[in-house]
Amino acid sequence: MPGRFVKDVWVTVLVTAVLIWIMPLLIGTYTLTVLVIYGMLGLSLGLIWGFGGILCFGQTAFFGLGAYTYAIAAINIGESTLPMILAILVPAVFAALLGAMMFYGRLTDVYLGVITLVVTLILFKFMNSTAGPQYVIGKARMGGFNGIPGFPTLNVPGDPDTYIWGDPYFYVCAVLLALVFLLVSALLRSSFGRVAVGIRENETRASLMGYDVRARKTVLFAIGAAIAGLAGALFANWAEIVTPSLFSLGQSAEIIIWCIVGGLGTRLGPIVGAAGLAYLKFLLGQQAVVDNTLITGLILVLFVLFLPKGIVPALVGLWKASFGRRPLGRIHQARRMRGGERANG
Amino acid sequence: MDLAFVILVEMLYAVASLILIGAGLAVVFGMMKVINLAHGEFMMMGGYATITAVNLGVNIFVAMLVVAPLVVGLIGLVVERLVIRHLYGRLVDTMLATWGLSLFFIGLVTMIFGNTTTGISTPIPGFAVGDYQINGYNFFVILAAIALLIGVLLVLRTTRAGLVARGAMQRSDMAAALGYSPDRIYMATFFCGSALSGLAGAVFAPLVGLVPTSGGAYIAKAFITVIAGGPSLVAGLLSSAGVFGIVSQIFTFAISPVIGEVALLVAAVILLRIMPQGITGRFFKGRL
Amino acid sequence: MVEVVLETVALTMRFGGVVAADNVNFKLRARELRCLIGPNGAGKSTFFKCVAGLQTPTEGQVFMRGTETTGWMPHQIASMGVGIKTQTPNVMDELSVFENIWLAARRFHPVAEANRKAQEMVERLALGPIARSTLGRLAHGERQRVELGLVAVGDPWLVLLDEPAAGMSAEDVERMTGIIHELNRTAAIVIVEHDMQFIRSIAKTVTVFHQGAVLMEDHVDRVMSDATVRNVYLGKKA
Repeated sequence: MPGRFVKDVWVTVLVTAVLIWIMPLLIGTYTLTVLVIYGMLGLSLGLIWGFGGILCFGQTAFFGLGAYTYAIAAINIGESTLPMILAILVPAVFAALLGAMMFYGRLTDVYLGVITLVVTLILFKFMNSTAGPQYVIGKARMGGFNGIPGFPTLNVPGDPDTYIWGDPYFYVCAVLLALVFLLVSALLRSSFGRVAVGIRENETRASLMGYDVRARKTVLFAIGAAIAGLAGALFANWAEIVTPSLFSLGQSAEIIIWCIVGGLGTRLGPIVGAAGLAYLKFLLGQQAVVDNTLITGLILVLFVLFLPKGIVPALVGLWKASFGRRPLGRIHQARRMRGGERANG
Repeated sequence: MDLAFVILVEMLYAVASLILIGAGLAVVFGMMKVINLAHGEFMMMGGYATITAVNLGVNIFVAMLVVAPLVVGLIGLVVERLVIRHLYGRLVDTMLATWGLSLFFIGLVTMIFGNTTTGISTPIPGFAVGDYQINGYNFFVILAAIALLIGVLLVLRTTRAGLVARGAMQRSDMAAALGYSPDRIYMATFFCGSALSGLAGAVFAPLVGLVPTSGGAYIAKAFITVIAGGPSLVAGLLSSAGVFGIVSQIFTFAISPVIGEVALLVAAVILLRIMPQGITGRFFKGRL
Repeated sequence: MVEVVLETVALTMRFGGVVAADNVNFKLRARELRCLIGPNGAGKSTFFKCVAGLQTPTEGQVFMRGTETTGWMPHQIASMGVGIKTQTPNVMDELSVFENIWLAARRFHPVAEANRKAQEMVERLALGPIARSTLGRLAHGERQRVELGLVAVGDPWLVLLDEPAAGMSAEDVERMTGIIHELNRTAAIVIVEHDMQFIRSIAKTVTVFHQGAVLMEDHVDRVMSDATVRNVYLGKKA
């Protein structure tokens, strides 16, 4: 088992290195940076939904909270290291509280969807209403609809005068995404991750085995929120402004679409879905014939109807079908066949 | 005294609007266990249908009460045939697909009408109560909500279609076993639900500046009113709209409209936490 | 005197006006095997669910090894070392046989130990050839066997089984009987069952439920020949 993980690390490092080298030759690093950030946001929902079975309609709430936390903390503190850490912790704690409330109340599916959606809306409405001068946290004015501009962006840790921006900022984001990806991989290989998948498969059985489903779901939910929060902080640094639109329903829908299109239950799917669709949206934004939202919506409907498993699992299946006939593959297949026969017999 | 009257009217108005907003979704959810997240956009399209009809010279009440429900009902029919019917029994998938539809309709309406605010004036003038000004249209909204509730109740109680519908609500497999095609029941239900959404959107059209994204303002309220109401159609709508309408108005008067909205949402979260089955799942079991 | 591992005192469960379990006093000693029988709706499954923590009784108490567990969550009861198998197979369909059993073993053991335990259990139940197949692809009898395996792998001292033989072939039932006997060497077992043949082959003491209450409790042979029990089963008035 550890051997496999070491291989995972090497493959991830190699692929990341190659992509960091090649991608900037194709797409500008400014656009690439936000694609990477969206990839991380997609991964955060992909983890809790695809592996934990928790369908959160308000993943963007944690994204927005991370961004706002960073902006407010950066204005008050200046040096960016602590604000970055806070931007991970605040959404995680918020999610832990919200998750505890939901999971200990034994709310499932639809009700979970309603509550996460409503909480996101509350944040959206609240942030929009904070235009007045009385809404101040330390030195930071909330700014209502206009958001918070002009906060200090990411600097080299310990050196507040050396900002990280442009190409280097892209490298930072890309490396962070690779790190988060590896952490998620490690988590899923750990006992915690395997139990989480077990809970997704059958909650009753997991609790009859003696696992506290409520606590475990809450923890997983908080981990997802922490990743979304990090993505939010990175987004704030990229956009150099945070606005309430981070909490909008449209943004929430998009994260879900990324996961569906990319493929649930895979680590790569949500990242690919996020980056791919965000880039498609960027390209579509440059034409005015067809409305952008219309296409996004159409994609979601078509995927739910025709390819509910998403692109990555479909491609993996295709790959196995066309290249899976090497000797090794045949043995695997034969073994599976035998298993199947026994099952039927 | 005048203030009390004004507050009473405002409360009733708040409750009535929640009933109107939730009705279409409640019919579809109650009968088909389908959550139509494009409900807000159905309302938005009802508004556009009304405004377009009025601009073409149709009487405003005809536009609101006939044109809008028909147009949106037909749109709903197409949606049901093309998308929803492939997804029955898959609650989460229908939610996702209808969310996609909601985005699709926002885009479509933006392409047709442009991303600008349109509106029509209210057909009923306001009047003064003491020192306060009351919007006369509020009474129309309240009447519309009452009429709608009574209408739904009568259809369910007295007609043959209502009987089949009640049966299907309880056990769709039994309805099928008795020879009623669930396919057609669902089709008819979705048409009615969409028509109600269109009607609600039409009734609100004179009150709001309509933009293609207007639906977003409705969907969350509709969603929580219906879910918090629970399985009974009329009793559920009435009770949850009552609770939320009154809570939000109290906070609106005491603090500000925004806080009123937030209070409504917070009340919904708390209510669902205490009663995951909705109000009627707990108290008025088995009623309509 | 052998230790009492499971005891209920005046356990009562009401659903609205229906009394599903009525004042049930029940005692089970260590390494005892007890079958609960009774016609449909007699309250044995309700009783089972109240004991397993799947439902909270309206009144009365449940004790396990002297600790009161009334109203506990299933995971708390399972964590004490109680193995539970519900009526419908509760397994993780997308996971393999090995993973299912491993997850159950991991709850009570560190990773390496869990690997070993799970492997052992797979061999003990002759699941080797299908260890890597996902549960969703298995036949009913195999799924039941896997579920019994993941109950057994936690080394429970009390096992609660709801209709373990339902829908199984004769061969599968025989294998199941073997496993249950093996479990019974270390654990007390409660079996809720309909299948009279299976009960005859496995039971010593039988508790008969009727209309939510305990009708009689005796050796299987005496229960089977009892006129009242026969009447209850054939629907005559008791």
